[in-house]
This record gives sequence, C-alpha cells and structure tokens, in this order.
Amino acid sequence: MLNAFQSLEIVLIKNSLLVAFAIMGATVWISYFLSDRLTQGRLHGSAIAIFIGLVMACIGGIITNGKQGIADITALSGIGLMGGAMLRDLAIVATAFGVRAEEFGKSGLIGILSLFTGITLSFAVGGAVAYSFGYRDAASITTIGAGSATYIVGPVTGSAIGATSEVIALSVAAGLVKAILVMILTPFLAKHIGLNNPRAAMIFGGIMGTNSGVMAGLASTDPKLVPYGAMTATFYTGLGCLLGPSVIFIFIRTIFG
Amino acid sequence: MIIYGTALLSICLLLGLTLGRMLGNLAGVDADIGGVGISMLLLIAICNYLQRIGRMKPPTEAGITFWGSIYIPIVVAMAASQNVLAALQGGAVALLAGTFTVGASFAIVSFFVKVGNNNSPAKG
Repeated sequence: MLNAFQSLEIVLIKNSLLVAFAIMGATVWISYFLSDRLTQGRLHGSAIAIFIGLVMACIGGIITNGKQGIADITALSGIGLMGGAMLRDLAIVATAFGVRAEEFGKSGLIGILSLFTGITLSFAVGGAVAYSFGYRDAASITTIGAGSATYIVGPVTGSAIGATSEVIALSVAAGLVKAILVMILTPFLAKHIGLNNPRAAMIFGGIMGTNSGVMAGLASTDPKLVPYGAMTATFYTGLGCLLGPSVIFIFIRTIFG
Repeated sequence: MIIYGTALLSICLLLGLTLGRMLGNLAGVDADIGGVGISMLLLIAICNYLQRIGRMKPPTEAGITFWGSIYIPIVVAMAASQNVLAALQGGAVALLAGTFTVGASFAIVSFFVKVGNNNSPAKG
C-alpha cells in the first residue's frame, strides 16, 4: 500500500503539468455543474471555477507559506506552469483569432484615454489611502498608489524611488487585493456598468489594468469580450511602470515634499 | 498540420513580447509595454493575410483555436497560483487601497461606457 502511494506521488511530481490539466478539468466540470444546478446558469461556471481557484490558492498559502498559492505543493506545481505567464499569454493571444482588427481601431482613442485615466486614478486613490494612514513621504505615498495600479507597478516603482521594503510589500498586497476583487466582482457588476460589448471591454481593460483581474473577470462575464479587455490591459502595467517613478512621483513630491 | 497554427501563434507571441520589451527599453523601464496586445495584432494581421490568399487550412486554424478555447481553465490555474494569502494578510492599508481603487474604477468604467455610447450596445 505504501508502495502504491509512493509510486503515485513520484508519477504526480514527474508529470506535474498533466496533474494540472486533470485538476483544472475537474474544477471546471464541478463549477459548471454547480452553476447549472444551484444558480440555473445565472452565475457563470467560469466565475465559480475562478473562485474555487482562489480558495485553492489560499489553502496552498496556508499549508506551504509560499507565494504561489496551491502551486507551492510539489505534486501540484504544474498548476503554476499551466497558469503561469507563458501559457496564459499564449491562450490570450489565441482568443484574438477571428477578431477583426477594425474593432480595436474603432475604440482605440477611448482605450488610450481609459489607460491614462485608470493609472492616474489608481495612484490618486491608493495614495490618498496611504496618506490617511499617516504616510507623509512622497516615496511611500507613490509606491502604495503604484501598488493600487497593479502588483507589478508597485514593486517596480517602489524600488526605483527608494521606498522601504515594508511599503513595497504593502503595495504588492494592495495590487493583489485589486486583482482578486476584479476577478470576483466583474461578473456581478457587468450588467450595471454596461460591460457587454467590445468597446466597453476595451474601456474596462484600460481602467482596471490588472491583467489577471481583467482576464479572469471578463472570462467569467462573457469569454467573447476577453481579447478586447486584454488588448488595453496589456499596456497598463508597462505604462504604469513608466509613469509611476517619473511623472507621478515628481508630481506627488512637489505636493508632499 | 495542426502544428503550423500553434507555431504561428507562438511566433506571434515571441515577436510581440520582444517588441513590447523593446518599447519598454526605449521608454527606459525594465518592463514590457503591450507585448500581448502587439502579439494579438500580429496574429490577426497574419491570419487575415493567409485567409485572403487561401493558405489558411482548417487544421492550421485548429492549432490556434485549441489554445483560445482552453483559456478558461488556464485562467483558473492562474487564480489558483496567486498569492491570495498575502492579499488577505496585507493589513488595512493594502485592503483599503485595493478596494477603494476597484470601487472608483468600476464607477469610471460605467461613466466612460455611457458617455458617447450613442449606438445601442450589441452583444459582442
């Protein structure tokens, strides 16, 4: 019996990507079943699946104390590969197949406007929260604002302008909170904000900006909208890393010294 | 051959990410600006061209669409490998900064969608 268990463990660890496919298949199946039976399809199966994924990530974090959610459990490390940047980007680019380029062009201008508005808004709101918690130096205010943009803009900005590691950690946490909330809330709020067409999806991607949040939020709202939101969101982090340590930091420094 | 489609998709992504990184370098940041977006535009342009000259065969398309249709489980795997615990343990500053930003962002999205939205939204 012990032998069987050990053999299985070795196989699981050696074939971790296959383990991920099997587990994700089962998760999606259960989620669509629950969506059908419990909510009569009102709550999209993928929304439930993403929520289960987040719960798994939380459990993984508690068990291993690692940073990669459930993927820190050795036998489940394939989930990290499957959900990592490489395959995720491959899949997201593939969703653009069959989309007409004119759709992007038609909403290009409002998409660009959304990007700048979204980045400015995140810095303003995040910075204001930092200020209200007693942070008075420009570097900390900017870094926490940057984290409210995305959890990548936060540490990139923070290390560029010399924020403390404690503040940088806070900025990552703020970005994670944002990504997770966008994943969970989007399917519920989509109807109220008119998120049901390519143009709205491009605005959504540009203002939210958090890649994982936007991609998962749109997937659980209407998968057809994914390429449009992804198109603008993909510029957000880079643009945030560009503006944060430069223009925005200088602006905040002139206010707070 | 199905592999032609997957190869084309991979080449578009590799090229797009490289261009995005070059754009980032030009702007002086160590990050990629729009790599995935550029890749999408490349894929759309190349596929349109191949379809026009009749070189896009159904198996080639299948090598691309497979990856698009496996998108949701990949996103679920992404969610499962997020550092959710750090978000929950980040304390009040992180929690409020993230939450207020999301709230304000949803409000602005709603505003932008309504402004200048004269034609009735069609189901995309």
